[in-house]
Amino acid sequence: MIFSFDLFINAIVSGVLIGGFYTAVTSGVSLSFGILDIVNIAHPAFIILGSYVAYLVNTELGIDPIVAGVVMTPAFYALGAGIYQVYYLSFEKRGQESLRGLAFFFGLLFITEVMLVLYFGVDYRYVGASYIGPTWHFGNLDVPLRLLVPCLVSLLLIAVLQLVLTKTFVGRAIMAVAQDQFALKLMAIDPVRIKRIAFGLSIATASLAGAFLIVIQPVEPSVGRQYIGRVFAICVLGGMGSLPGTVIAAMLIGIVESLTSTFYGPSWAPAVAFGFLLLTLAVRPAGLLGR
Amino acid sequence: MRSDVFLLVWLVIGAALYAGAEALGNDYVFFAGYVVLQYIVLSTAWNILGGYCGYVNFGSAAFFALGAYSTVAIHQLHPMPIPVLVVFGGIVSGVVGLGMGYLTLRLRGAFFAIATLALAVVLETLIVNWDYVGGSRGAFIVRPETIAPFGSYIRYLFLIMLLLAVGSIAVARLIERSRLGYGFATIRDDEMAAEASGVPTLWLKLIATTISGALMGMAGAPFPYYIGYLQPSSAFGLDYAVNSIAMPLIGGTTSWIGPLIGAVVLGSLQQIATVTISSAVNLLIVGFLLVAFVIVAPNGIVGLVQKYVQHKRVGFVGRHHVKADMPAGIPGSTP
Repeated sequence: MIFSFDLFINAIVSGVLIGGFYTAVTSGVSLSFGILDIVNIAHPAFIILGSYVAYLVNTELGIDPIVAGVVMTPAFYALGAGIYQVYYLSFEKRGQESLRGLAFFFGLLFITEVMLVLYFGVDYRYVGASYIGPTWHFGNLDVPLRLLVPCLVSLLLIAVLQLVLTKTFVGRAIMAVAQDQFALKLMAIDPVRIKRIAFGLSIATASLAGAFLIVIQPVEPSVGRQYIGRVFAICVLGGMGSLPGTVIAAMLIGIVESLTSTFYGPSWAPAVAFGFLLLTLAVRPAGLLGR
Repeated sequence: MRSDVFLLVWLVIGAALYAGAEALGNDYVFFAGYVVLQYIVLSTAWNILGGYCGYVNFGSAAFFALGAYSTVAIHQLHPMPIPVLVVFGGIVSGVVGLGMGYLTLRLRGAFFAIATLALAVVLETLIVNWDYVGGSRGAFIVRPETIAPFGSYIRYLFLIMLLLAVGSIAVARLIERSRLGYGFATIRDDEMAAEASGVPTLWLKLIATTISGALMGMAGAPFPYYIGYLQPSSAFGLDYAVNSIAMPLIGGTTSWIGPLIGAVVLGSLQQIATVTISSAVNLLIVGFLLVAFVIVAPNGIVGLVQKYVQHKRVGFVGRHHVKADMPAGIPGSTP
């Protein structure tokens, strides 16, 4: 393996771009797992669902996939709110969320994936948009637009989420519900309602993240599984529910994965995120910017 | 019932099963039965950690695949009888289980579950990149057509899996009735209280991951001979992970009989669905059943039966699962 500086710089840049996309993928889990303590391992499956919705809208109506992702967020919000209601009534209320709640989401993951397989088959699907083909060149540096656009929109999404969480009443209530539900009740706020909103938001981000995913790469139903580890690795590494931490961790994992696949081959890349996750959990479970 | 008597009874049941399958005179019965038996071992093994200790392991497929791949690795060196391979598979997966437990068991609840998921992917990546056992191309294992006293080879494999199933049920019941089992139950119910009362929780959890991992590896060891062609995506298939979780949860997690019932019911259902409908639909069935059961019948089929029996015999004092009513957010309850 000959070390090439150009290759190295290109790997770093595409790592940063991919990392930007990972922030969008992880932001939902940071909300549900990081803040609400709901271990939604089905989140990547919802992202794939988002990809397919974007695909359908794009091929049937010819609308830009990312715009489609934005337009579909209310539907995903409603889906999330519904799922939380079921989850709350069946598990949280009875205090059984640990084992059975996990199994519940595991089952949802399966149902979503198999439904997509039955409906769309296992062929790779892709979308069309003006920014998918071209690449910007800066000297030896290549910046593919299909990575740049999702990265920028992802960062915008994170910024908006962070603003909502820190500046609005509902956002602050969401942060508060993570710390002390009981105190929230004393303030005459219904913690269940706040959690429902937060979980709805978290699934709503899956619509966008799914649209980004299908812009970046062709999608088939089981692609989501590769993201389970990444998403949780980034979430834990970023310090559970801290959005700035999520951005840093996502960039870090993006860069390391990109370097690994450039210099050691793509077949090693999936292990990177998981290796990181195992290390983080073993060494510093509080993450980089732990609360 | 004493444990040795229990084992004897199950050996007799096993012998009856084998004789029954033999009487049907169709090799397909053995092929289908093998899969169901394999799920009995897997779900019983999962339940030792998941049901007794309350630690969810999403990495069952990894332990299963480790057993299968240790067979492939040994087979490349020198073909050996399957019982030896089973022991090897058990040792490899047991050691990995121990290692995983050591790395992750200081994490509680969800973190442990996610770590096991991560472990599965790391192991799969290692296997995919390990050319000696075939890498991503997969490995062929040519099994002999026949073997001396059994006739066709599949009968021999069936018998081995039958013995493993009986063995794992006996182990699970033995654990349940022993000091170990009570220790596990304290971890499941309230780990902090257990630790405060002097229960060596870390040790118990390490024992649980080791036994559970070893049994899964044993279930995987004969698999290459069964399937004939082993590739990483089939050995690490998510259907093992979901089934080994779904079966105990649907059957009931508190005793050895739950995973057994779950595996027999769900396993046979899947075999029927695979033949009559399609294999994608059978995973959908598992998904729906899993979700339905965890919502409607949290204690599985066993729980439903117990409720019915208690309802009939008023005044019966069963073994109630008592959970301390604690406010959420106790300091230190999350890692």
